[in-house]
Amino acid sequence: MLKQFLKWRLSGLIVLAFITLSIPFLMDNPFYFDMATQIAIVASTVVGLNLLVGYAGQISLGHAAFFGLGAYFSAIATSRFGWPSVIALFTGAAFVGLLAWIIGRPILRLKGHYLSMATLAVGFIIAIIINNQSGWTGGPDGMSVPPLGIFGWELSTFSVYKIFGFELQGYVAWYLFSIVVLLLAVLVAQNIVDSPVGRALRSIHGSEIAARTVGVDTARYKSLVFVISAVYASVMGSLFAHFTGFITPAIADFDHSILLITMVVLGGMASPMGVILGAVVLKLLPQFLTGFQDYETMIFGLILMLTMIFMPKGLLPTMIRILKSRLGARAGGDA
Amino acid sequence: MSAMIEVSGLDKTFGGVHAIEGLSFTVDEGQVYSVIGPNGAGKTTLFNLITGFYTPTRGDIRLNGEDVVGLDPNRLAQRGMCRTFQQMQVCMNMTALENVMLGRHLKLRGNLLSSVLRLPSLRQQERDCRDRARALMEFVGCGDYVDADAASLSYGVLKRLEIARALAAEPRILLLDEPAAGLNGTETAQLDELIRKVAEQGVTVMLVEHDMKLVMGISDRLLVINYGRKLAEGTPDEVRNNPDVIAAYLGN
Amino acid sequence: MFAEFMQYLFTGITIGATYALVALGFTLIYNASSVINFAQGEFVMIGGMGTVAFMHMGIPMFFAIILAVALACLVGVALQRLAIAPAKNADVVTLIIITIGASIFIRGVAQVVWGKDYHVVPPFSGEAPIRIGGAVLNAQSLWVLGIGAVLVVALILFFSRTLMGRAILGTSMNRLAAQLVGIRTQMVLMLAFGLSALLGSVAGVTIAPITFTAYNIGILLALKGFVAATIGGLGSGVGAVVGGLLLGVVESMTAGYISSDYKDAVAFSMILVVLFFMPRGLFGARVVERV
Ligand SMILES: Nc1ncnc2c1ncn2[C@@H]1O[C@H](COP(=O)(O)OP(=O)(O)OP(=O)(O)O)[C@@H](O)[C@H]1O
Ligand SMILES: [Mg+2]
Repeated sequence: MLKQFLKWRLSGLIVLAFITLSIPFLMDNPFYFDMATQIAIVASTVVGLNLLVGYAGQISLGHAAFFGLGAYFSAIATSRFGWPSVIALFTGAAFVGLLAWIIGRPILRLKGHYLSMATLAVGFIIAIIINNQSGWTGGPDGMSVPPLGIFGWELSTFSVYKIFGFELQGYVAWYLFSIVVLLLAVLVAQNIVDSPVGRALRSIHGSEIAARTVGVDTARYKSLVFVISAVYASVMGSLFAHFTGFITPAIADFDHSILLITMVVLGGMASPMGVILGAVVLKLLPQFLTGFQDYETMIFGLILMLTMIFMPKGLLPTMIRILKSRLGARAGGDA
Repeated sequence: MSAMIEVSGLDKTFGGVHAIEGLSFTVDEGQVYSVIGPNGAGKTTLFNLITGFYTPTRGDIRLNGEDVVGLDPNRLAQRGMCRTFQQMQVCMNMTALENVMLGRHLKLRGNLLSSVLRLPSLRQQERDCRDRARALMEFVGCGDYVDADAASLSYGVLKRLEIARALAAEPRILLLDEPAAGLNGTETAQLDELIRKVAEQGVTVMLVEHDMKLVMGISDRLLVINYGRKLAEGTPDEVRNNPDVIAAYLGN
Repeated sequence: MFAEFMQYLFTGITIGATYALVALGFTLIYNASSVINFAQGEFVMIGGMGTVAFMHMGIPMFFAIILAVALACLVGVALQRLAIAPAKNADVVTLIIITIGASIFIRGVAQVVWGKDYHVVPPFSGEAPIRIGGAVLNAQSLWVLGIGAVLVVALILFFSRTLMGRAILGTSMNRLAAQLVGIRTQMVLMLAFGLSALLGSVAGVTIAPITFTAYNIGILLALKGFVAATIGGLGSGVGAVVGGLLLGVVESMTAGYISSDYKDAVAFSMILVVLFFMPRGLFGARVVERV
């Protein structure tokens, strides 16, 4: 029974839904919900990035730029031009997707480290532009963003909503919304992975030569997954902008790009639940480390380094492997 | 019988090294056509040229009469060509079965949207694909390893897995680069039988192999190359009795 | 007009020489171990900050520099032994994250030990600036260029004349073959990291009197080093030097004639332009991937 459940391709999603949806019953602190919502949004971003890095094996060191572009597109379109949020979000995503495709075609021909360098460069250029176009973006000071409007509804952390006679705090509503988005993000990613498209993507990571021999148009698939992951980032950037109500260029910069890819690698490449765990850990870790004040950076670097040295496959896959061998040993002992 | 592959005046140089020089030959449809020669003769390079991994420095390659020089391997796969590698190319991040399913890539319909929505048609197709892949694994004799991770398999199994993957693509021409290398006597005998079965189904087979017993027994025609140049060509008997070949290759 | 141009050129070449050394160090490690070392810039930081710290202790400048460079080399070797070697079979991207972790860690230690302040190192000599065509070239720039040139020549001699240098070259071309002929590859890798740290830290000390130095200058310098190495063609020594100088000059011209806000953007655009038109960089070797 349990074994069959664990084998089911959506078991992770169900566990995730269970955990995330039980959280509102366990806590009631606006600050925690704020954190949890941010984590959910970033986790959705890395679920997309994982398709590129974890499954297709292509390294992007500039993904925060797409996140930032989505955020600023929504911010500018809604606050300056009065666009409805949903339209701004989708237009932004389409624009970012197109941009990723234009950049991706020539870049993805490049192998290995050249690709990482090129994405790093693209990320830097976009971040610099956001920083310097202060007329539009407010520059380093950032800009404020109106709340998310969904078909006449306005989702704001400060409001209180009445649903079926229940009172729902705005910050809880936002949290639930972000969880629905996360679950959707995982479902879509999982469906892609469990399809011929996903197999082709993984074959590029496994052996590009094998992939090409059996007819996989590797250039096309790499561009495709680059665009998909960029669109993920853009959509989540837009939501992040509406959620926090204020954005700064830091969300598009190199440090943020590194944080995103670190979540993927630390949590466990090619493991959707793993990368979500990565997002949770890397978002919460600094909160715990603030107590260490000046030692914060040092300890963070040390933890990152040690985890990757001793668990090169990432947290979750390593944990699962250990668990499996324990269970296996016990089962063997019983027999 | 029509020509499947026509190679004429083929040259490939790496820096100053002539890996292939002025090579011409024709492989007819349905043949088992072997390429033999000492180490470093240029056999793998020839396969890489035919399958589009290298572009020729000079010369002409035709597949079913169509000029295919400069086409990518994946384009050639669309025209019915598939191969295995001397340096095995298996996706170690997937299961054995998934590797074989990958072979059916071009036979599958559907796009990103149908994947995202996981349409019933797509799921049905995946089931069929899985069944065929499983059958192929049985066919090449690694039916015991269907659910195993590729990374956990032994060399001999992986070699056959590669063949199963290539067959999954339903190729019209299959190129095998040293499929018997590293196999023991029994395994080689199984391989011999396997290649015969494949050829019986009408697939043209090009074979690079050092195992002379296998090659002489199975081939319709042989091409002998040395230092990238043609030394002899003909039926196994003709080649066996060719004085140049005896002197340069079989002799020592 | 001309004076202005010359001034930008001097500035560019000076900073470019620093980039070139960082790029060279990066290339060394890349060739020996195919690791992209994001901690490369921390060597530069240790060079500058170490010198400042040792001088604070009352150690004369010359010895302070030597101590700082030695410290950087030690950190380089430790990085290889403790962080890279244990993870040698990991995925490329995992190795990248490890070096990023190392970079953050080293920066964190520097922040704790040496503080967050910006520091200047006094110029190596007090000569008055030289005037050429209306532009000034200060003495420290000459030090930067001179020491850079000496290091490059020494490196060339090292790789062509000494056994150890050839061992490194051999290892970078074919690890297995090198092992077979008895080269101790672990030793070679340590040496590559140590040498690379030496180049970086020397660059860091020589440029420190011109720019400022602080615990967090490493990462941007590392990135500039990569840009230079990538433009030059990953793995090419000549490429690293040319790429570094080119990058320095282009940056300084952009800052001078366009806007200093966009000088980094132009640097990174250069990578894209080069990669689009010559996918292996200016001097990268064209290899046919073996299958
Ligand atoms: N990508 C490449 N770059 C440079 N030289 C190459 C490349 N591929 C092959 N060569 C050279 O071409 C020559 C022929 O090599 P090839 O691998 O085709 O020989 P082979 O006949 O397959 O040998 P073996 O029986 O050992 O497999 C060799 O000298 C080899 O070094
Ligand atoms: Mg060969």
